[in-house]
Amino acid sequence: MTATTHEVGHHDEPTGFTRWLFTTNHKDIGTLYLLFSLTMFFVGGAMAMVIRAELFQPGLQVVDPYFFNQMTTMHALVMIFGAVMPAFVGLANWMIPLMVGGPDMALPRMNNWSFWILPFAFAILLSTLFMPGGAPAGGWTLYPPLVLQMGTAFPFVIFAIHLMGISSIMGAINVIATIFNMRAPTMTLMKMPLFVWTWLITAYLLIAVMPVLAGAVTMLLTDQYFGTSFFNAAGGGDPVMFQHIFWFFGHPEVYIMILPAFGIVSQIIPTFARKPLFGYASMVYATASIAFLSFIVWAHHMFTVGMPLAGELFFMYATMLIAVPTGVKVFNWVATMWRGAMTFETPMLFALAFVVLFTIGGFSGLMLAIAPADFQYHDTYFVVAHFHYVLVTGAVFAIIAGVYYWLPKWTGHMYSEALGKAHFWLSTIFVNVLFFPQHFLGLAGMPRRIPDYAVQFTDWNMISSIGGFGFGLSQLLFLYLIIQSIRGTRNATAQVWEGAKGLEWEVPSPAPHHTFDTPPVVK
Amino acid sequence: MRLSKRTVLMVGALAALLGGLVQPAFADYALNMPQGVTDTSRDIYGLHMTILWICVAIGIVVYGAMFYSIVKHRKSRGVQAAQFHHSTALEILWTVVPLVILVAMAIPATGVLVDMEDTSDAEMSVKVTGYQWKWHYEYVDEGVGFYSNLDADSQEARRLGASRKPQSVENYLLNVDNRLVLPTDTKVRLLITSNDVIHAWWVPDLGWKKDAIPGYVNATWTQINEPGVYRGQCAELCGRDHGYMPIVVEAKTPEDFKAWLAEQKGGAANTAGGDAGADAGQQTVGTDTETVEDQSDPAGETTARADTGAQGGGSDSAAGGMTKEALMSQGQQVYSARCVACHQADGQGMPPTFPALTGSAVVTGPVDDHLDMVINGSAGTAMQAFGPQLSDAEIAAVVTYQRNALGNDTGDVVQPSDVQAAR
Repeated sequence: MTATTHEVGHHDEPTGFTRWLFTTNHKDIGTLYLLFSLTMFFVGGAMAMVIRAELFQPGLQVVDPYFFNQMTTMHALVMIFGAVMPAFVGLANWMIPLMVGGPDMALPRMNNWSFWILPFAFAILLSTLFMPGGAPAGGWTLYPPLVLQMGTAFPFVIFAIHLMGISSIMGAINVIATIFNMRAPTMTLMKMPLFVWTWLITAYLLIAVMPVLAGAVTMLLTDQYFGTSFFNAAGGGDPVMFQHIFWFFGHPEVYIMILPAFGIVSQIIPTFARKPLFGYASMVYATASIAFLSFIVWAHHMFTVGMPLAGELFFMYATMLIAVPTGVKVFNWVATMWRGAMTFETPMLFALAFVVLFTIGGFSGLMLAIAPADFQYHDTYFVVAHFHYVLVTGAVFAIIAGVYYWLPKWTGHMYSEALGKAHFWLSTIFVNVLFFPQHFLGLAGMPRRIPDYAVQFTDWNMISSIGGFGFGLSQLLFLYLIIQSIRGTRNATAQVWEGAKGLEWEVPSPAPHHTFDTPPVVK
Repeated sequence: MRLSKRTVLMVGALAALLGGLVQPAFADYALNMPQGVTDTSRDIYGLHMTILWICVAIGIVVYGAMFYSIVKHRKSRGVQAAQFHHSTALEILWTVVPLVILVAMAIPATGVLVDMEDTSDAEMSVKVTGYQWKWHYEYVDEGVGFYSNLDADSQEARRLGASRKPQSVENYLLNVDNRLVLPTDTKVRLLITSNDVIHAWWVPDLGWKKDAIPGYVNATWTQINEPGVYRGQCAELCGRDHGYMPIVVEAKTPEDFKAWLAEQKGGAANTAGGDAGADAGQQTVGTDTETVEDQSDPAGETTARADTGAQGGGSDSAAGGMTKEALMSQGQQVYSARCVACHQADGQGMPPTFPALTGSAVVTGPVDDHLDMVINGSAGTAMQAFGPQLSDAEIAAVVTYQRNALGNDTGDVVQPSDVQAAR
């Protein structure tokens, strides 16, 4: 193992733009990822506002249906690939070396590259909004033959997805290399914080499935421009094959966006319950089980394509099984709280809301697993409600919790706890006003991805839109608090939180540019 | 007033949830899945309610423990944190118990699924074909088939900035010009496919949806128990007007259905050979002969006719000599029903996906190329073949219209006989 030593002032620290452009420091790169993610969160959020504005009442008031479809498609692509995934990579960059007692990520130059690909990828993706024919409008799932009707944007979208995939794969390789090579000698695998464990497993998922997505979109590209017929029935291909390939990527992708969230919550709850995580080993095994199951459930996204009965039964049973390890995790979090001595600072509030609201998303997921019932739920607002509960009140709430939790460590300053709590309550109330009524809409028969609807759906859509505007505006408070913490005056202690345990809390706040030049000893 | 109505509904919904009454408590205000009118839909409703209650029960236990802990085990109450961190017995328990619940749930679900996939012993078959953005229904072996488009009133109210309000349209976006008529108490097999992109055929009251995939035929079935009109929509994103291709099923008793079917066939026999194109929505499939449906609407309504150009076409059927004025006026109607979605009211389109017609090489070039495009479509694009969908008179009218309006001025007049020759 190379024990790189950095002495203070040993080499010139570039300043200004070049510092960020050429940086190989895991903390700098983590910051870049997080700021990029925050930007995309607002870009994708603005698109969601257009969607909710158009759906505020029946009839078309704001946009053309074609532009509406561009908004739903781009909202998903930007939020998934631009906001949630980079946020987790940013947190991994910042926290994994600190948590395992390593001096930096294992592959720092690749780390720099994997970040700097992203702004270009998203510049390409967002530029399609201004191209003739507009941005992709066939849904983020890019199903052929519809996706082949896209205008000039088509090859640009495919190239942008390739770039995002390359970035993700490099990030994942780096995480794995770091965890296996950069741990302090006394940091054994089963002593690693759960956030590190969940990211290790996530990284393997990324390496396994991002190439599958790349393959799928490349086949779209050759179908469009090079005369192949992978997905063209008239040429002997199969449009459903794309869906199988896409969801073989897509379902693990769902867990890529939630496993690190499990990790964050598993760090936060013990801290504020002042009690060790309940069932550490079973948490690790449950995470691994979920990852394994994620590879054999993909076709539950496509029960309605007309699979053989045996296929439908297999995917129904396998999907229902996921409830078991997921349940174990929820039970373990509740058992961690049980007989603890809890306090409710902002990170804990978001983590608790995560447990409650992610579980609602889990329940609707269990309902969706029942294949016959899925024939009713599929492609309705019930599904929209389901995946926003797991992705917004799940993944995004966990990211926000993690940001509040570690922000004092990053900036060295506390944020305003009162405003943090205000942000929590506003977000939690509005997000439920936004998404809970969508369950009713879906059950009552409203399909997803429609710009206009029958008048009996008006009231819940109006309520949902009000929730949407409220939730969107509340996030400006988040932005304000981050800026406040960066510029802040109230210094944070090294431990920050009374009950915080782990290596990251043993270095000063803000964490110095170089940490753990000599490996710490894990107690 | 609206606000107070909504407030009442909100409170009502909340009360219904808290009281554990997620039944459709409000007759016209659905919070829950409809029970539907088939055995399948009722089975599915049963599964849905069972799994919902299981989730509610688990939720009460988990959230109960969590909130008890949040209230009781807080530092401000002066408690000391316990330091236990695992319990093998407990962890085995909460792995096994959910497993047992899932097995208990999987058994009835399997039964329903097996039943749903059994398309054998169907008494009749209907082929359903999705188009961008309409449905085509064909009664297999009966020689009856027709297209089903969004109704004219919804068409009018759905435009961006339309003066007509959706609230003034009955069944806004859930109404069609030609309904799919099916007999009750009959096992009907539906063969679902698509002509262009993937669609999904969904009527909630029947209990399921099925994807319509180009190049593939998905077989499924339904048996409706009660006469009535049941409405649904396309459920798979299929392009710009995905939200505007509703499905309306009218279930009639077997006797009424037979009468209806005979009427459809009778209409075909009476007017065979006449190229009137009185109703482009109704035509036989499997023969080249356009048919005229008599003017009694199968649904007993006379709405939603304007867009098919019925008024203009009927009288000019004989010699194929229509005046330019008649062609232009009918052409405008056809254009606003069939073409504006992509090519826009002003003919500017949304290039490059939906090309402009104003000044277009096809529209201002040779008439034959223009007719070829309209009749046969353009493969791989949203431009579908309108040949089987529109009558000669309608195609003649819309082509004439496109060549002499929308900023074009070729002066060409295309007659139904030209269209017949080009087919």
